[in-house]
This record gives sequence, structure tokens and C-alpha cells, in this order.
Amino acid sequence: MKVRVHVSLKPGVLDPQGRAIHHSLEGLGFSGVNDVRAGRLFELDVADSVSDEAIDDMCRKLLANMVIENYRIEKVA
Amino acid sequence: MAFRSAVVTFPGSNCDRDLAVALEKISGTECIRVWHGDAELPDNLDFIGLPGGFSYGDYLRCGAIASRSPVMQAVIEAANRGVPVFGVCNGFQVLTESGLLPGALLRNSGIRFVCREVSLKVENAQSLFTSGYESGQHIRIPVAHHDGNYHADEETLDRLEGEGRVAFRYAEDVNGSARQIAGVLNAAGNVLGMMPHPERAIENTHGGTDGRALFESAIRGLVGA
Repeated sequence: MKVRVHVSLKPGVLDPQGRAIHHSLEGLGFSGVNDVRAGRLFELDVADSVSDEAIDDMCRKLLANMVIENYRIEKVA
Repeated sequence: MAFRSAVVTFPGSNCDRDLAVALEKISGTECIRVWHGDAELPDNLDFIGLPGGFSYGDYLRCGAIASRSPVMQAVIEAANRGVPVFGVCNGFQVLTESGLLPGALLRNSGIRFVCREVSLKVENAQSLFTSGYESGQHIRIPVAHHDGNYHADEETLDRLEGEGRVAFRYAEDVNGSARQIAGVLNAAGNVLGMMPHPERAIENTHGGTDGRALFESAIRGLVGA
């Protein structure tokens, strides 16, 4: 089973990398970009026997830092 | 009673020797070196140091992998028993990632790696680690980090300030840290994490000795003068 975990900074947490990317996009001449937030994508290949709770636990214990980040789990196939 | 300290080395630590040398020079006793894969710490430690560097190449998040390493389970248990734990720079990041200290350290607000001496204000001069300073004293200590921007929610920041747990504050904006916080204590006062490097300011050849009082305070507090 393929699982994608999307990790993003919580709203309100400063994202200097997103800001730099935003600035770079503007430098390339792209207009109309209001904001950029950088995040992380993990692609996990897990056994079918792995429970949803276990995947959630993986996110909370390691993949995301719950102080500053949110996560979203997406089952691909 | 002889002072008994240990410094943990993770793969990618690069200030472990500096920290061990500072502890040895100031205490006069050997500092035990511990490897990240050790599941147990030496017995009867008075002080555990988590050094600066780039543990596990800063993979995932700074300090994230190190905070889940075998030795950290033992460090967390020791800290919860009241053993003093001191984390510098990457060691501070490991302490927040492990949950021993609140908050998180984000990328510097100015994006750039900052490597220079900065002025710090001692906010709490009553802790085990800071009793050798005067409250409000300004000291000069080097910083060298890319992810030192301290972040916590407003409620946590208010609590830290109210409980006297902000040990040091930058006298100027260095990295975007909330309320210019440079170092924080845990509720019990036996865990201190800070981004600046006091172990790099212990002898005149370093360009300053303002870091000495931190180690002297801890050693004196633990084993007597």
C-alpha cells in the first residue's frame, strides 16, 4: 500500500523558505502569486496489515513536529 | 565529591569535543564520552551535555532523528529524574524535538546562516546554570546556526516568561526568535537549551570568557565550591 503524508507548517508559523521561494518566483516575472508556503511530502510503501492508527502514530511521533506542523495522510493505492 | 559529566556524540555532532573540553577544564575531572547508539548512560552522572553540530545531517528536521536515538531515551529518563541536561545549538534542537523543552527552532528569519559573536542578556540568574551571572547582565557569546529561530505559541511564551524560564535573551534580533529568546529552562530547572555556544567562550584565546560562568555555576551548584 502506498501512502502519502503531506506535512505543512501550521498557519501563522513564519516560513522564511516559502517567502524566499515567493520572492524568487516574482524575480522570474510570475505575477499574481499571493503567498508561498513550503512543506514536505513523504511517500511510504507499507504492508497492507499496517493500521490507520499506526500510520497516524508515525506522523505524530516522527514525520511531523506537532508544535509547528500539520499533516495529512493520503492513501494512494 | 568529584564532578561526573558526560557528553553525547551523535553522527554529525561537531562541537562535542569543545563541550567536553570546557567541562574538563573547568571541573578538573574527565568528561565521559557517550555514543548515540548506547542504550544506557554511565551511572551517577552529575551533568549531561548535548553538543552542537548537524546530527544525522539535519535530515527530516534539525535534531529530529537524534531525539529518537537510543541514548536519548536514557537522557530523557535521566532528565525526568532530575539529572541536569544542557543542550547547545543542535543540542537545544534535540531537546525541543524530544519534548524535554517546549517550542521548536525554525529556519532563521533572514534565511542566512548566522556565525558571529552576539550580545545576550541574562534573564534568570537564579538557575543551576546561570547563578554565576547577574540578572540583566550582558554577556558576549558566539552563535553559529541556520535554524535558531525560537518558536512557541503565545500561551507557552507567556508561561515561560511568567515562570522565569527564559534564561537568556538576545540583546538584538539575531534570527527572528520569538521575544528574542536565546535559551530556555524546563519547569524543574534542570534542563537548559540555548542556541549560543558558551563552550566557545571559556578562555582568552577564544576572544572572551563570558561562557565560563555557566559551567562554573553548574559545577559549583552540583558538587560544591
